Amino acid sequence: MLLLILKRIGLGLITLFIVSLITFVGVEVLPGDACTTYLEREAYGAALDACIKRLGLDIPADERYLDWASNVVRGDFGYSLSGEMPINEVLGPRVKNSLVLASVSILIGIPLAIVLGIITALWRDKLPDIMISAITIFSMTIPEFISATLLILIVAIWLGWLPGIVIIPSDATFYELLSNIILPVVAISMIMTAHMARMVRSSVIQVMASDYVQMAILKGVPYWKMVFRHVLPNALLPAINVVALTIAWLLGGVVVTEVVFNYPGLGRLVIESISNRDLPVVQALAIILASIYVGINLIADLMTLMLNPRLKSLQIRK
Amino acid sequence: MNEIIESVKNLSIGFNSQKGKQISILRNVSTNIKKGETVGIVGESGSGKSTLALAMMGYIKQGLFHLKGECLFKSEDLLKMSSRQLEKIRGRKIAMIPQNAGQALTPNLKIGYQIDEALRLHTDLKKTERDKKISELLNKVRLPSPETMAFRYPHELSGGQQQRVAVAMALAGKPDLLLLDEPTTGLDVTTQAHVLELLRFIAKDTGTSMIYVSHDLGAIAQVSDRIVVMYAGEIVLEGPARKILKEPIHPYTYGLLKSIPKLSLAGLPASMPGSQPQPGSINEGCSFYDRCNLANDNCKKNSPDLEHIKELDTNVRCFNYKELINQNNNLQTSITKKTNNSEANEVLKLKDVSISYAKQKFFDQLLNKISDQNPTVKDINIDIKKGETIALVGESGSGKSTILKSIAGLLKTKDGQIKFENDRILSSDLKMRNPNDLRAIQLIFQNPDESLNPNHTVEQILSQPLKLYFNLSGEELKKNIIDLLKKVRLGEFYMSRYPRQLSGGEKQRVAVARAFAAKPDIILCDEVTSALDVSVQAAVLNLLQQLKEDLGTTYVFVSHDLAVVRAISDRVAVLYQGRLCEIGPSQNVYKFPSHPYTEVLLGAVLEPDPDIKPKLVAEDIVEEKPPEKGCSFQGRCPRKIGDICNSEVPPWQIGENGNAIRCHINIEELASLQQ
Repeated sequence: MLLLILKRIGLGLITLFIVSLITFVGVEVLPGDACTTYLEREAYGAALDACIKRLGLDIPADERYLDWASNVVRGDFGYSLSGEMPINEVLGPRVKNSLVLASVSILIGIPLAIVLGIITALWRDKLPDIMISAITIFSMTIPEFISATLLILIVAIWLGWLPGIVIIPSDATFYELLSNIILPVVAISMIMTAHMARMVRSSVIQVMASDYVQMAILKGVPYWKMVFRHVLPNALLPAINVVALTIAWLLGGVVVTEVVFNYPGLGRLVIESISNRDLPVVQALAIILASIYVGINLIADLMTLMLNPRLKSLQIRK
Repeated sequence: MNEIIESVKNLSIGFNSQKGKQISILRNVSTNIKKGETVGIVGESGSGKSTLALAMMGYIKQGLFHLKGECLFKSEDLLKMSSRQLEKIRGRKIAMIPQNAGQALTPNLKIGYQIDEALRLHTDLKKTERDKKISELLNKVRLPSPETMAFRYPHELSGGQQQRVAVAMALAGKPDLLLLDEPTTGLDVTTQAHVLELLRFIAKDTGTSMIYVSHDLGAIAQVSDRIVVMYAGEIVLEGPARKILKEPIHPYTYGLLKSIPKLSLAGLPASMPGSQPQPGSINEGCSFYDRCNLANDNCKKNSPDLEHIKELDTNVRCFNYKELINQNNNLQTSITKKTNNSEANEVLKLKDVSISYAKQKFFDQLLNKISDQNPTVKDINIDIKKGETIALVGESGSGKSTILKSIAGLLKTKDGQIKFENDRILSSDLKMRNPNDLRAIQLIFQNPDESLNPNHTVEQILSQPLKLYFNLSGEELKKNIIDLLKKVRLGEFYMSRYPRQLSGGEKQRVAVARAFAAKPDIILCDEVTSALDVSVQAAVLNLLQQLKEDLGTTYVFVSHDLAVVRAISDRVAVLYQGRLCEIGPSQNVYKFPSHPYTEVLLGAVLEPDPDIKPKLVAEDIVEEKPPEKGCSFQGRCPRKIGDICNSEVPPWQIGENGNAIRCHINIEELASLQQ
């Protein structure tokens, strides 16, 4: 088991290495470099030379990669060009904001999705299923920029209950954030919950049709006991990976929602740094997002392994 | 003994078709189960036998509706009970032993928990008493080391062990009635015999009534006191087991019994024409009319009632049953087949073939060799003559399908050669074989549902090999397809059909036609009849034999069913753990002296005759790997003589009948031991 975990971590690190290489090479082969894109029209003469010197662009690429990579390993992403401040300082509050938005959405959205999925599956083709399914399919089909805009129109403008856009400094405290994030959370949860509820529904329906559930009924197991002991553990196992992907997607910044609500999260930072041509920040973001995906998928795989006795003994035997 | 424990009265169950019509799949079924009695319900797939069995627990599958009638358990109607009331009966009064225990045990719960659950629901025992009871139950179903067994997950057990756990779980609530839905289907021959033995013991030991549902008359014959035969949702014959099996007075039962291949008979079983009608397709007349050779105009217009015949203690649904009384000796007949000309040339030779599933290590991969000292299949030497049918027989894990895949080029060999026509070596890699060799060797798979593309019409399915190998097109292609369909006795109109519009037997005929489309020299048949109903199986076997006699094709026939093999093959090779045990002409392999493994297999075969009981000579254990040295059967052999069996590979001995046996015991001694 331990060997397996180490093996998976190793594979994750290799993935990250490849991602870093690709982003670095990508930046290298683009026409121009960080200095010419940053200085734009002033990119000549002494200013350009000074910039190149300052960023160390005169050093050969392979040395620069090693230098950059070893700094990244130590947790130092270098300097942002546009803000002229350490990238860590740029990233810090953004990561925190995204984390807040993501965790609130997860805490509300995932349990809700599971409950809705189970209800629709158990009352399949009956009134609760028809109603909930109609709503989930509806909220799945509306693109998030429309639902977000509608939310702003109705709740913020017509009703005036909540602020329409997030106007807080990027280093706001958690309590300041809370009232501001309600609408973004609702916008995100609508789509996320709908997708997951559909997945849970089909998974539960599949397990309900299995031989072992029929056997449990014929054994005289009462209905709810059967649902909790025989159905749910088996039906929710495949959901773990979907939940993991959703969490990774949320942590990586929900670009559209963040832009609509003007939310200072990672997603908006991606857009900003790309349009500002702040290449060091883009590189840093690529690494961070890749680590989030790798890490969360690793956790999900390990959880599936732990919870599925079949996979567990298969791995141990190997 | 005469107390009725459950009685079904005029039960009809059906579903609503897409056109809104009500279609019944059980029609007016009435029967009684007496205390302490074992009733066998037999029928082919779609006869409604499982639906009946489940209804007897008050359970109706989703999509089906209770139309009329009742299921009275101790004079209370199960079909009117609330689920709360049913929970008190299911598992406590009536318990179920399911068909496929591997899928009927919840995968995330340990064996012990699942049995404990039944105990908690249906007894008042305390925790410590329940723990004791669990090991008692596991012991009773003869599972090894019952103490540790409780802590294992279902997937960690073999098929036979899972089935035993299901039995233990059913016994936990001390039920008055046990329902067994195909409890031995899908198990190996020897395991099947052991599980049946256990069930018979339990019936005797506990005095529980049993309802045994199966398509297999062999299994039914071993356990039942009384037999109910179902056809197209109706009971067609019901009576004492011996009477039904020895003197069937319904033409369907008669035909069914004749279509079962028997160990004692060489030659092919007689087949029944056609197949069971689809639910809802019978409008008037007898449901067996189309397939019956006693049918007359009366049968076409009027449907017969279930008639009680007092002197035979039998109920029968037929106008003309009297014609079948005293016909019983006709049951022991078969169609003789043309034996193969033994002078023929060898068409395929397997020389020292070994096959390994072991993963290649990195360095071995570079050197392109497989370093497995103990491969799955080892030292197979078989010469196959042109026009003969050679059968590979063995239980699951015997390597029979592995060898077949290797001949087809789907699996690389580790060692040895496969020689085709005039000793030309065939590459073990499919990509290296030339198109003509690919054409010459064709494969028919076990399950036509999976081997036919569901999105292709029969025409498209059959045109593929014709286009690929012969470049046919247009009118000529069509003519060839019609010819092929004619060969497998299907009409031209089947061309536009999709596989889902065909019955199981028809699908397998299309699969046979597809193999023959390539005009092959050798056809590899992988369990081609195991997914089919008995009456359809007989028809497919006869078809294969006919095609072979007409076209001179060679068959390599893989099967676990010794009776089927006896019927179709000229020569038999018996395999255990990927090693040959015995090989010879089939009439001799089925006679003693035999290899001890062949003896075990033959002893475990279930014949549809209550007087022939299976002999259980070997332990029912599953070996995961062949032994590293010595005889492959050392682990289970009932005739093991000592250390020599563990250390040395036994020599081949050739008996006077021409069958070769690989055993340390002298062949004459073996003959006298087995007398």
